[in-house]
Amino acid sequence: MLDQIVFYFFAALAVVSAILVVTRRNVVQSAIFLITALLATAGIFLSLHAEFLFIVQVILYAGGIMVLFVFVIMLINMDVALHQIQFNRQWWLGLLLALVVGAELTIAIAIGRSHLSFGDPAPASALEPSTQLVGKVLFSEYMLPFEIASILLLVAMIGAVVMAKKKI
Amino acid sequence: MLMNLLHFVISIWVPLVCAVIIVAVLPLVAGYIVLMERKVMADMQARLGPMRVGPHGLLQPIADALKLLIKEDIIPDEADKAIFWFAPLISVTAAMLAMSALAIGPWFQIAELNVGLLFVVGISALGIFGIVLGGWSSNSHYSLLGALRSAAQLVSYETAAGMAIVGALLLAGTLSTREIIQAQNDYGTWFAFAAPVGFFIYIVASIAETNRAPFDLPEAESELVAGYMTEYSGFRWALYFLAEYTNMVVVASIATTLFLGGWLRPFAGTPAFDFLDGFPSLLMLVVGAYCFYRAPKQPVKVQNLFMVAVGLLMFLAAMILAAPLVPAVANLLPGLKPGLHGAFWFLLKVGLYIYLFMWLRFTFPRYRFDQLMRLGWQFLIPLSIVNVMGIGVALVLHRHWGWGHLPAFGLTTLLTLLVAGLLGWESEKKDKEHVFVGEA
Amino acid sequence: MIPISQYLWLGMVLFTIGVIGVVTRRNVIIILMSVELMLNAVNINLVAFSRLVGSAEGHAFAIFIITDAAAEAAVGLGIIIAFFRNRETLLGDEMDLLKW
Repeated sequence: MLDQIVFYFFAALAVVSAILVVTRRNVVQSAIFLITALLATAGIFLSLHAEFLFIVQVILYAGGIMVLFVFVIMLINMDVALHQIQFNRQWWLGLLLALVVGAELTIAIAIGRSHLSFGDPAPASALEPSTQLVGKVLFSEYMLPFEIASILLLVAMIGAVVMAKKKI
Repeated sequence: MLMNLLHFVISIWVPLVCAVIIVAVLPLVAGYIVLMERKVMADMQARLGPMRVGPHGLLQPIADALKLLIKEDIIPDEADKAIFWFAPLISVTAAMLAMSALAIGPWFQIAELNVGLLFVVGISALGIFGIVLGGWSSNSHYSLLGALRSAAQLVSYETAAGMAIVGALLLAGTLSTREIIQAQNDYGTWFAFAAPVGFFIYIVASIAETNRAPFDLPEAESELVAGYMTEYSGFRWALYFLAEYTNMVVVASIATTLFLGGWLRPFAGTPAFDFLDGFPSLLMLVVGAYCFYRAPKQPVKVQNLFMVAVGLLMFLAAMILAAPLVPAVANLLPGLKPGLHGAFWFLLKVGLYIYLFMWLRFTFPRYRFDQLMRLGWQFLIPLSIVNVMGIGVALVLHRHWGWGHLPAFGLTTLLTLLVAGLLGWESEKKDKEHVFVGEA
Repeated sequence: MIPISQYLWLGMVLFTIGVIGVVTRRNVIIILMSVELMLNAVNINLVAFSRLVGSAEGHAFAIFIITDAAAEAAVGLGIIIAFFRNRETLLGDEMDLLKW
């Protein structure tokens, strides 16, 4: 019962925040609602017994990426942007296509739900020392992607610094 | 359905009581830390500090809180009202939420998380939004500049603080706050002695994290009026202030848990030092005796009675702390000693750490912003990375090659200090290169 | 545990909202934010299946996605700043010339 209440609360928060992200005129308000959507997702991770991922989401996504977004929004003058049209000319086509994508996914989930048997969920204790398990997986089986991810971050850092410099 | 709810609430009554205590008592404690700061400032400047409101100024925080509550609430005209209203709440919520994973004594913890320490670090990182949004929504140059500078400083020193914490976590082997303190018990020494460079990095980074001097350029009065807090007045400003002092308590609690042994008595494992168990009550007795000594010297009768009351309270606390030492009570309630004495030692260490913060504030001049950023990025972050590598090497030496504790950790501490000296020498050279036009 | 299809529905809804944001809005910063929404929807799916199966591999994949999102946001915002410095505009419609 508690599980359901927690899930519906965070899910509703995430969906409402997401809708507000894509419809606000003021970019700062969009950023704030994206932060709440990310924190709601983090809550869903916590309810799925993914404690390490919950805190990684809070620290990296909400506390890192969104700070970057908010910095850039404040450094760029947005006054002009407030008075422009916010949806582009082909918004109806975009909306239609997005709904087609949504319909595809709905059909996929609806069919999969009844025809594929996912089996019984594993006990919650299988994910118990969350940090240790993730660490074990990251450093043994997925060591190569881990190293590639670190190089990716290095490249992104260099790229961002070069991009934002005034004179290269 | 209602019965289910009732059962649920009853099953979590301990964390609920702890949470209520934190939300109710922490603002009062923060107010008294402000009083402590003013008294310490006065002491270091050879004067007395607040003495009028209440004996020795003990009721000053209450007077300040009342004043701030009844002040006029001014909102700038062009400010974004919703965000202006919301920003101080983010800061305060983040700071108080961070207290929930910390264990003040073996009895006092709201949530025993698997990733407790990371939770505290991450949630206090969310406080940056309160600062940035507050500065931006005030629609004023000083506020925005102060907010961006403050946020840049916080983000830079967060990395260094995090790496310093990782260094000590390598020794602990777990992220849960209780188990870290248990690991220090098993190790024999506090991690501050096994990883002193990490402790030093964490002290410096935590001063910068809480915007305290000498890293308080974003909110210094002579520089940017009051930085991001410029347009806030009355109770909203009090909320920001409360968030800052609560952050100090959180950061001190992290340092105490991770480096200073948490609720462990000094020399917790050695029976030869058991006489230190009497220190808590002794301290309370001394403070109570001092209150009684100063009581007749108060100018006003009411303050006289107030001092006597405080003195009696101290004596009561001394008796409560001495109770677990009496064998009869110890046999009756065996959990009493770790609970009460543990909380006392934890709060003492947090208090000493905060005193260190204040001491550093009134000793050093302020860092200029570019010096501050250079210190963070070019000295502390490389040093903290080398520290993590050094502790890794020390652990390999100790566990796999069989060296003792002292040689292994001593060697790596020396090597890390060598690197620190190298880095410091490099940045000294760079600092001398910044000769301004018109000088030399 | 809640039936896994609930998490899949949530992921689907968030993903669709993200797609709507990307193809409908003009402001490039909001487009970037919608991309982050889509990545989050994928993360929810991954973590839900990881809970179903009881293995931490889904968590590791989600961590890689978060890392990727950080790198992409940094470079994307750098590009936006560079573009804004040149053309003073933040609208995707007006970023249509390669060289002028």
